[in-house]
Amino acid sequence: MGAGHAHPLYRAGDSVVHRLPAHVKIVVAFVFVLAVVATPREAFAVFGLQFLLLVGVWIAARIPPGWLATRALIEAPFVVLAVLLPFSATGPRVEWMGMSLAVDGLLAGWNILIKGTLGVLVSVTLAATTPLRDLVSGLSRLRVPSMVCVIATLMLRYLEVIAAEARRMRLARVSRGHDPRFVWQLGATVRSVGALFLRSYERGERVHLAMLSRGYTGAMPAFTTASASTATWTVALLPAAAAVVLAASGYWLA
Amino acid sequence: MTASLDVEGLAFAYPDGHQALFGVDLRIERGERVALLGPNGAGKTTLVLHLNGVHRAGAGTVRVGGLEVTRENVQEIRRRVGIVFQDPDDQLFMPTVADDVAFGPANFGVTEPELSLRVKEALDAVGVAELADRSPMHLSGGQRRRAALATVLACDPEILVLDEPSTHLDPVARRELADVLLGLDRTMLMVTHDLPYALQLCPRSVVIDGGVVVADAPTRDLLADTAFLAAHRLELPFGFAL
Repeated sequence: MGAGHAHPLYRAGDSVVHRLPAHVKIVVAFVFVLAVVATPREAFAVFGLQFLLLVGVWIAARIPPGWLATRALIEAPFVVLAVLLPFSATGPRVEWMGMSLAVDGLLAGWNILIKGTLGVLVSVTLAATTPLRDLVSGLSRLRVPSMVCVIATLMLRYLEVIAAEARRMRLARVSRGHDPRFVWQLGATVRSVGALFLRSYERGERVHLAMLSRGYTGAMPAFTTASASTATWTVALLPAAAAVVLAASGYWLA
Repeated sequence: MTASLDVEGLAFAYPDGHQALFGVDLRIERGERVALLGPNGAGKTTLVLHLNGVHRAGAGTVRVGGLEVTRENVQEIRRRVGIVFQDPDDQLFMPTVADDVAFGPANFGVTEPELSLRVKEALDAVGVAELADRSPMHLSGGQRRRAALATVLACDPEILVLDEPSTHLDPVARRELADVLLGLDRTMLMVTHDLPYALQLCPRSVVIDGGVVVADAPTRDLLADTAFLAAHRLELPFGFAL
């Protein structure tokens, strides 16, 4: 570690997918997710084929499935919701292993589960093959308002600074015997969150001052990013186009 | 010859009425290295923020390389005055060191291919060329400080202003930074509480207290005057004597 992009979601590599310009990958990922969302929920086979497309991308990018699986765990809270739906929904019900499940709820749960999973996997794939700073410059190349890009840049940088500050504050509390076990003992923690907020706010002002001192006038300088040829776009858009065709075919099959 | 920095009769009160500066005069010739000393609350930071137009003078003038600080030329003034802030984490905000060093000159209209050249020269000047593509988060304190210095050097300033450059540095990093600063051959104003550092780097010192300049003399003479130091809440660290 210690290299420039030591972020847990990024997996350094030199595959075809890694080398694609960031803005191309962002567009491809976005179209792919739209296709997944637009697929009718009863078109079970289509989701399988879309998943296979993703597997193809992983093979090209040389990302091991286990690595992806651990990072896809962020989806867990939504899975809980999806699992609860068949029990809570109303309408016609089916018996399964002694449990009464609502058909509509089953389908709704499945819908959330499969689309959520595919969506998360697409995002994780994008993050795994694109360094954070390239993601931001890719967004700015796609004409995302510069203020949004500035905010994203600053957030990426200072999230780590603030997290380190929070760790130091916790350490200082724990060193003085603070050991909250019950909710009503959380007072000190809550107050330090408040202190952290104030500190971060003051830091924000100091950062702004330092930026002004180096000539910042409200617009970030445009750093050049790699452009993409038509051929690159064509090849890169293939999986996304395939996902769209599959989604359309889903309406036929369903 | 025009002075790098020429402050005349500078007075300033904060909007809440607190008067911080009461007529400060300070002239720094090109190539000079001057330490700005004084107790907490003396007005050092307030003075520094006047130099690049963050604060506007209530009375008096500030000239940098002959150019007066006004609303119209504030951008050129900010190019001419390179402030290295106390906490490098405030200064280094871009994802990589190279991006950060490019930020200043790009704002001042430098474009490729000169921009890359400036970045490389600045990083070389402070000896951190190998860190160009690293995130500031993963640098040591000394590396961060030097990277912050590079972000300002890349703007090719007329005068370098350093705010407490030696804080949070281990002895070796502190000495390495001194070596870098001595090798730069630039006009420098160094705000510091670290009196031995002032002696090592700056032949001349200016002491500010209560919003006025109370002394302007060779650093060695100033630091040898124990009674004067005590009168302005300054003192050499334990074990030091001149």
